[in-house]
Amino acid sequence: MTLLAARPRVTVAVFPGTWSERDFLHVAESVLGWEARLVWHTETDLREPDAVVLPGGFAHGDHLRTGAIARFSPIMRSVEAFAASGGPVVGSCNGFQILTEAGLLPGALTRNDHLEFRCDWQALRVEHPSASAAWLGDFADGDVISLPISHGEGRYVADPATLDQLEREGRVVLRYADADGRVVPDANPNGSERGIAGIVNAAGNVLGLMPHPERAAEDEVGGSDGLRMFRSLGRWLHRRPAAAERRL
Amino acid sequence: MRWLAEVHVALRPGIADPEGQTVGAALRSLGYASVSDVRSGKLLRIGFEADDHAAAEATVDEMCHRLLANPVMETATWDLRADEQIGADEALP
Repeated sequence: MTLLAARPRVTVAVFPGTWSERDFLHVAESVLGWEARLVWHTETDLREPDAVVLPGGFAHGDHLRTGAIARFSPIMRSVEAFAASGGPVVGSCNGFQILTEAGLLPGALTRNDHLEFRCDWQALRVEHPSASAAWLGDFADGDVISLPISHGEGRYVADPATLDQLEREGRVVLRYADADGRVVPDANPNGSERGIAGIVNAAGNVLGLMPHPERAAEDEVGGSDGLRMFRSLGRWLHRRPAAAERRL
Repeated sequence: MRWLAEVHVALRPGIADPEGQTVGAALRSLGYASVSDVRSGKLLRIGFEADDHAAAEATVDEMCHRLLANPVMETATWDLRADEQIGADEALP
């Protein structure tokens, strides 16, 4: 009974300049009825979370490079350890940039090819959702979803060998697409290599994506495809004995 | 002794540089028709202490690898000189 009552517990990391932490908090607490807490970047105690979120924004003013300074914040040592132990971690937008700078995900994100900041709804094609049971368990291969994007530096780059490896291992899980799910240059909002919008690590527990799932969790605000990532996580946590045991 | 490193960080050749391309287009539109390639970058002037030139060089190299440039997409080059050579108007605050 306690196991069924266990509510997922999410920790949202906050850096100076983060701006999406309240949206993640809202989705976790108000939409899903989960426990969520904000943890400041200078802290190292993640408060025994079931999952960790690195939200969007402009950590440390994006100075030097996006995520370059945030990756040295004390909280990142704990996030790295949590990820290494198999804990689910998602980095959205600036969070994705921090994950690449920290080396938790390969590649890097740099200035959009047209130099513009893009804030819009964006169609995305889901690929290889089985690569990340924790975050994408509720999706099917080829699903076309719509999520907001909001970034000036979202162009994913990596050397060809890394890109080939990601493709070979099925770790490219989101690509910018048109409404029919076709990955075509016109649908690419920032010039990302191979239309890449989201990737996972080899173990599948760390997901980085430029779009904002937390801004698409209620139909009242335009869509709820982002909520499916949270629901995937909720189901995955309930299937995982370790998470339930910790709560008993 | 004090040293001054001027570190130049730029996108790797092969990584599209939209800022450089835009500046290049602007220069051509001003009549500099021969401009064929512009790459943008970032200049960081870093004053610091080190025992000798070799130690200063090693420190700058380490700074670049740990923080200043992301090797996935950037290169870093630098000029290093002893602080005595810096004119008063150039001195760091």
